Amino acid sequence: MRVRFLAVICTVMNPISMPSPRPAHALSATRRAETLTAWALVLPALIGFVAFYALPTLRAIAISLTDWNLLKPAHFVGLQNYAQMLHDGKFWNGMRLSAYYVLLNIPAQMVLGLFLAVAMDRLTRSLFVKSIVLLPYLLSNVLVALIWLWMLDPMMGLVNHGIDAAGFERQPFFGGVDQAMLTVAAVNIWRHMGLVAMLFLAGLQNIPRNLYEAAALEGASEWQMFRWITLPLLRPVMVFVLVTSVTGSFQIFDTIAITTNGGPLDSTRVIVHYIVQNAFSFYQMGYASAMSMTLCLLMVAYTFVQMRIMRASENDLA
Amino acid sequence: MSHTSLLFPSLKQGLRRWRSTRVLAWTVLLVMIAFTLLPLWMVLKTALVHPAALFSSATDLLPAEPTLLNFKKVLGLVSTEEALALGGSGAEIDFMRALCNSALFTAITVTLQTACAAMAAYAFARLRFPGRQSLFGLFVASMMVPGIVTLIPNFILIRDLGWLNTMAGMVAPFCLMQGFSVFFLRQFFLSLPRDLEEAALLEGASHFTIFWRVVLPLSITPLATIATLTGINMWNEFFWPYLVGKDELLQVLPVALQTFKSQTPQGQPDWTGLMAATAITVVPTVVLLLAFGRQVVESVQFSGGK
Repeated sequence: MRVRFLAVICTVMNPISMPSPRPAHALSATRRAETLTAWALVLPALIGFVAFYALPTLRAIAISLTDWNLLKPAHFVGLQNYAQMLHDGKFWNGMRLSAYYVLLNIPAQMVLGLFLAVAMDRLTRSLFVKSIVLLPYLLSNVLVALIWLWMLDPMMGLVNHGIDAAGFERQPFFGGVDQAMLTVAAVNIWRHMGLVAMLFLAGLQNIPRNLYEAAALEGASEWQMFRWITLPLLRPVMVFVLVTSVTGSFQIFDTIAITTNGGPLDSTRVIVHYIVQNAFSFYQMGYASAMSMTLCLLMVAYTFVQMRIMRASENDLA
Repeated sequence: MSHTSLLFPSLKQGLRRWRSTRVLAWTVLLVMIAFTLLPLWMVLKTALVHPAALFSSATDLLPAEPTLLNFKKVLGLVSTEEALALGGSGAEIDFMRALCNSALFTAITVTLQTACAAMAAYAFARLRFPGRQSLFGLFVASMMVPGIVTLIPNFILIRDLGWLNTMAGMVAPFCLMQGFSVFFLRQFFLSLPRDLEEAALLEGASHFTIFWRVVLPLSITPLATIATLTGINMWNEFFWPYLVGKDELLQVLPVALQTFKSQTPQGQPDWTGLMAATAITVVPTVVLLLAFGRQVVESVQFSGGK
């Protein structure tokens, strides 16, 4: 659930102004009690932040400057890991595959989610229908991967039986060098389509009904209403979902770990999978950390760019 | 918008248009629903088929001779020799244990994370203390850091603490701090009117009492929302429990399923057994949806902004 950075970052950048402090002279004891209470309340979260976010991030930077491989003591090697990375074809292959996955995944799930949301908005408020639509998203990546491994099995799967019956050649899907990445993307489109539809549906239900009534009176067709009312008014939600799902999508890992494990022939060795392989199969902790820090910088840079995009589209917010 | 049709200049024309678009919309919706449900149905069907009939029945939409054999096999209710004779790998899934582990893992992380987030969020929303803005900024910035960055050092930390293959190690990174939970609850606390809190303050109540007695009781809905969202994520969490809790006694459901799958020999997966395990694992989610569907749907919609 990574569809959320934006609102967060925008709000942090414009902190809601707090009422000015009461005169300090009257209340120094109360103020001290307030500060103490505040720190006591923040403390558990602060410990978690320091122990599992701040220090690990600093440690990852430190590890990235060493040749640590779990077996021998670490040696400082400067920026050697980063230099190695720039000349590593598999690193670039991983980056390219992750980007390819984002390009396959996000547009398709947005279009399908939009169709689904518009159809639901028109036809039914049924909680039962909403629950069915959302169900794939509530299943774990592992479950979804297993379900589709079976559906798409080259010999036994229903899909290949169908293809066979229609007179076409059976397809390898997860096993095909040209198809594996497409298949992984399709599986996750299946899983996320309903989530996107739910987010769009919430946006659709905020569009005032009388706009459609007025348009209908003017003789507008359904398509015209969709094109000139629904799409423009849904744009903020669409931009929001689009830009915020990119960072999560780029870090695709679970589905690949279960289905293809990076294969065949590295055709699904996305960047996170390559990092995990280096860290936990080859024990190249230094090299893996250098790559993960690079990924981090890339994601942070992207988040700042997306903030600007969101700011630019803010005027449309109704 | 069914009623708009009545407003068309020509009723007849309107009715025709109404019908064609509605039919189209229903078609889209039903195709999508079928597309969602068909794979799940095939899982269940396959789980009900005898292993020997797997190939011949591959295209059937209904099991010809339904059997609970696969479920028994997967749950270890038939002997290993019998299971092997049926063409299975002899792999079992200790489903009840994995289910309990998943429930425990989710309960601990959701409870602690929601509690810690609520406390911190209240301090950030209402109390004045030095460093408040910068600390909150850091918490939010932590959401930008990809999971893989902290994964490696956190794994080393848990290993050095000797917490590998313990529940403590599995839950530790998720318990205390999650940027989004803090952010989300802070937004809600900021939106509460201050009057009640100020009245209580004048009565001499301490800030902690106000938080506990005044603010929390008003916050049941957002607390339930954040707990639901956290719960879904934790229930489905795979890689961290896989790294830290591989031990059979500690496996959560996604890890147990992955283990079951990898025990099936390469090239000849025990599909009926695997699908029985998959079908069992879907059940808790379906039960959750049947019991708290509205809560779940609304929580998820809330996560996408407003």
